[in-house]
Amino acid sequence: MTVLAPPTISRTGQAAPRPPRRRRSWTGWAFVGPFMAVFAFVFVAPIAYALYLSVFRTRLIGGTSFVGLENYQQAFTDPQFWSATWRVTLFLLVQVPIMLFLALLVALAIDSGRLYGKAFFRVAVFMPYAVPAVVATLMWGFMYGSRFGLIGNINDALGVMLPDPLSPDLVLASIGNIVTWEFVGYNMLIFYSALQVVPKSLYEAAELDGASQLQVIRSIKIPAIKGALLIATIFSIIGSFQLFNEPSILQSLAPNAITTYFTPNMYAYSLSFSGQQYNYSATVAIVMGVLTMIVAYAVQLRGTRKDR
Amino acid sequence: MTTQTTPVTAAAPTAPARGRVRRKEQRRSPLLTALTAIMLIYSLVPLVWLLINASKTQEGLFSSFGLWFDDDFALFDNIRATLAYDDGVFVRWLLNTLLYVVLGAGGATALATLGGYALAKFDFPGKRGVFAVVIGAVAVPGTALAVPTFLMFSKLGLTNTPWAVIIPSLISPFGLYLMWTFAASAIPGELLEAARVDGAGELRTFIRICMPLLAPGIVTVALFTMVATWNNYFLPLIMLKDPDWYPLTLGLNAWNDQAATAGGQAIFHLVITGSLLTILPLLAAFLFLQRYWQSGLAAGGVKD
Repeated sequence: MTVLAPPTISRTGQAAPRPPRRRRSWTGWAFVGPFMAVFAFVFVAPIAYALYLSVFRTRLIGGTSFVGLENYQQAFTDPQFWSATWRVTLFLLVQVPIMLFLALLVALAIDSGRLYGKAFFRVAVFMPYAVPAVVATLMWGFMYGSRFGLIGNINDALGVMLPDPLSPDLVLASIGNIVTWEFVGYNMLIFYSALQVVPKSLYEAAELDGASQLQVIRSIKIPAIKGALLIATIFSIIGSFQLFNEPSILQSLAPNAITTYFTPNMYAYSLSFSGQQYNYSATVAIVMGVLTMIVAYAVQLRGTRKDR
Repeated sequence: MTTQTTPVTAAAPTAPARGRVRRKEQRRSPLLTALTAIMLIYSLVPLVWLLINASKTQEGLFSSFGLWFDDDFALFDNIRATLAYDDGVFVRWLLNTLLYVVLGAGGATALATLGGYALAKFDFPGKRGVFAVVIGAVAVPGTALAVPTFLMFSKLGLTNTPWAVIIPSLISPFGLYLMWTFAASAIPGELLEAARVDGAGELRTFIRICMPLLAPGIVTVALFTMVATWNNYFLPLIMLKDPDWYPLTLGLNAWNDQAATAGGQAIFHLVITGSLLTILPLLAAFLFLQRYWQSGLAAGGVKD
């Protein structure tokens, strides 16, 4: 992972003070040990346990038995699982580019120094990040609603019938809007922070060459924040594949539009908690985790290749 | 803590300051401001909607226009009703949330600070392994872990207890990474050497010398883990059955679902007021601690 390489450059402006190498000792473990102990308990152990569960199956008659990779075979031919996966893929392909593009536009606008009240812009656009997914979804869900929501208001005021955002055709787009609203500011801040550390000498050189603002953006700013763009893309991909909160909460407002297998995570959840199919649920979680890591890794490879 | 006496803490915030100097000569553009304001409105309209509608009665919600106030201003009645409903269960949920935030986010910040410090300033066997494992963990979908974690915790008898929510909240790979980058630049190696020459123990060195230097990073990690814990929905949803242990997020959702259940009383005005009360503490924390998290993020994991 080159994007997350350990830091070597000091922000103080002095030459990078690499700590004088001490001889290797176990002292460091006293500090990192507690993290790693809890980490083993809540990350490593559940993954191992899920792998273990995924090779067994519990039947009504005969109890639990070892079935090898049968659960995986079932997952690969399970139409509900694939419809859920396809739905989050579609979501990912549409929502993530829109969100990151908007975030980049705002970051560039604030960074350009041409805005009035740029500090206010920065904080206000970021604010939705602090709003819990539950509250964000309830708010938007109410506003989408035709009873006391804004859509209802507009319909009443103008005497029109706007399409219902909570109908089966539109509900995925409505969820995309909620997710965009929640995270556009967070991504904007990541891009903005990255823009802050672009050496100003580059801008001065560009100015001497008579480069336009757009040229500066294309040739200096975008390449300079490539690492941040890559990180934001990978995090957004992971987030999309994990989609759960927003559709799950919207379900009570749009029961007909959102099925129990709307996203892979909702599917794994309902398998466990309504169906008691723990072994198969663990399998679905593992397949989804592996898919996510493959896609994230592929994006990472592509992103770093372009750097050269 | 003696944050104000340490010169190095000022290191991180210099980046935005430099930017400001650089662009002194830029002309302000009303057009660009107006265009960007579209995003501003998009970000703020739902919050304004929430604020306005928290002031309406259950009937007013249905009878008045969404983005303006109703005739009777019922905000304070709503707040009172929210806090009192069902024997004050909202307050119970608030206290639960605080418990999860203090122990979960507080613990996560402590573990990330200690770990990040070790990774930045010590050379120890297995360090590369720690790095690889933690970076790998960032890519593991958190919710994919949740179902197996639930199954494991239920075997251990931890489900339906506060521990089921607190223990998984203790790990923040991103927090560890942020602290690591921050510690690497904020603590000069010579300072540690000097302390060691003076015969200070490792723990004493960390607490007396390094902690104050790490303060902006600690605040940033604390804020972000706090948001993650305060806003957590999926983890408590699967771990908790007993409404007495619910955090605010689960409680609000339960109130909202109540209208859909047979014989359930619709209390949308309380859901909306409760939502407002839920987000206020976090919005306030972000506004007041702006200086810290903005510089902390700038110094953190976003740089390649």
